Amino acid sequence: MIPLSSADTDTTEEVVVDEGRQALLDAIRGELGEAVVADHLVPGQDLWVRVASDAWGTTAEYLRERQRFRFFSWSSVIDWKPSPWGRSQTASVDDAPDSPLAEVPEMQHGVTGGDTRFQVIGRVHNLGTQLGVTLKADVPDDTMTVDSWVSTYAGADWHEREAWEMFGVNYAGHPGLRNLYLPGDFEGNPMRKDFPLLSRLVKPWPGIVDVEPMPENETGGDA
Amino acid sequence: MTAISDRRQMAYIANQAADARVNLELEAEGMTLNIGPQHPATHGTLRIVVRLDGEQVIEADPVMGYMHRGYEKLAEVRTYPQVTTLVNRIDWLGSFANEVPFILACERLMGIEAPPRAQWIRTIFHELGRIANVTLFLGDLGVQLGAITPVFLAFRDREYVLNQIEAATGGRFHPNFDRIGGLKDDLPAGWIAETKASLDKIREFCNTLEDLLMGNEIFQSRTRGVGVIPADVGLAYGLTGANIRASGVDWDLRRDEPVGLPYDQVDWKVWTHPDGDSFARCWLRLQEVRESCNIVEQLLDTIPSGPIMAKVPRIIKVPEGEAYVATENPLGMMSYYVVSQGELEPFRVKIRSASFSNMSITPWLLKGVYVPDVITILASLYFILGDIDR
Repeated sequence: MIPLSSADTDTTEEVVVDEGRQALLDAIRGELGEAVVADHLVPGQDLWVRVASDAWGTTAEYLRERQRFRFFSWSSVIDWKPSPWGRSQTASVDDAPDSPLAEVPEMQHGVTGGDTRFQVIGRVHNLGTQLGVTLKADVPDDTMTVDSWVSTYAGADWHEREAWEMFGVNYAGHPGLRNLYLPGDFEGNPMRKDFPLLSRLVKPWPGIVDVEPMPENETGGDA
Repeated sequence: MTAISDRRQMAYIANQAADARVNLELEAEGMTLNIGPQHPATHGTLRIVVRLDGEQVIEADPVMGYMHRGYEKLAEVRTYPQVTTLVNRIDWLGSFANEVPFILACERLMGIEAPPRAQWIRTIFHELGRIANVTLFLGDLGVQLGAITPVFLAFRDREYVLNQIEAATGGRFHPNFDRIGGLKDDLPAGWIAETKASLDKIREFCNTLEDLLMGNEIFQSRTRGVGVIPADVGLAYGLTGANIRASGVDWDLRRDEPVGLPYDQVDWKVWTHPDGDSFARCWLRLQEVRESCNIVEQLLDTIPSGPIMAKVPRIIKVPEGEAYVATENPLGMMSYYVVSQGELEPFRVKIRSASFSNMSITPWLLKGVYVPDVITILASLYFILGDIDR
């Protein structure tokens, strides 16, 4: 959960209501009904809406045509599976094991939950009300396919090509899923969590070795 | 946007589209021309494969990835403070601006806020980065149209601003000065007066360039009515910054979503232009440099005293959650979507860079234009390769 303005928020205080975002959320719920799986609203900050996989395309269409969300910001994919390489590749650990972890920790999905390994995520913006909404949808594990947004937002073209090559998620209705950044004969999907960062396998990060020792606590070091 | 301008735009676009269609119907084989990867108009290594019929572009396909560094993947194995070193290299001409949205997203997740003095100094460097960045754009613009003088002026005058950035942060291009909860250091003595002097140099540069370039007949005839982007198309492609404001959209994140940056404490103006052509985009950026000078000057006068760092733990662990923060960077909207699972490293960082979306309109925009116009359109859209390839 995202903390509100401070950790010591008093429960007796008046609950902050974000009227604009709440109205938008109600409108989306009213139109899409069952297709809205989960939502998360942080007053004054942001709104997340998670829709069913098969409503991914229609949600964008509804927001653009009926709610005047004309600005397409970005879209991408999140791989929720924790890296089987563990923390071995990270800067805070000294050495890298030769093989992946035997036991991979469980998936924790973010603020709106989830059931599948991959989730598509996208953001659109309404210039009239200055509200943005982050949309999410599960990518079915068997088909790995969701609807493309290109027919609704032309700018989704390159974003979906990038997500396709980096995560291996298919977009039904996309005019041409070709590699954007990677060379044509590249194998694998580099942004997936199980794709190792090869430079760290070849030469482990020195990690904490080159960090000077810190005093145990801030106040005790003066004497 | 006035009705006349709108109608003129649509007529122009319809004309271009019709031209391109005629060529296709004739089944002209066409010629394939590679622009780049080493063309000076590509600011690095962008390659554009265009299919030509005579001198007209039938199809344009930008080929990217020559500089792809995979920052989203690299960020997943670095601690939060280490990520700012990476993101500095995205838009390398206005580096400090890249750090700001990432730091703000982390601060939002941690529920802390930088002290006022830090917010002020952040905004000052954000704007100085914009000045340094766009000044070079204005000089470079001339070169691509065959005018050599502006680029020398730009390199000379940009140095005054870079000196100020270096004096305070120690880095000309990659300050790496922003920290979660505040800033690395306070301003050095005498810095405020020197910065004001450097702003005068930039204002002088703007005046010179407005006469020299914007008033130039050749420049106007090469850019007016070329590469027109209607507002609705631009929004669907995700255009931001000066590119969309030049199409008449009055939208600036500095004014409309000032997340933790005190733009609302300053008296300034959002410039727009109704035409949406290459000239409008160039002219608009010139005005924005002037406006940035005004913003910096006012912020320097009102800078509050106090600490520059909030209370943050020595080892930064960001609580579980997701945060999205966007700011108006020199090239347009830059935003980070940070997913944290309570570790020392981010679980996923999605970097939305401005040039990537700004360039995604080129296959649409270049259809039907003439080869020399390809260069002016690319120049006026203004991209930086590191910002496309990330």
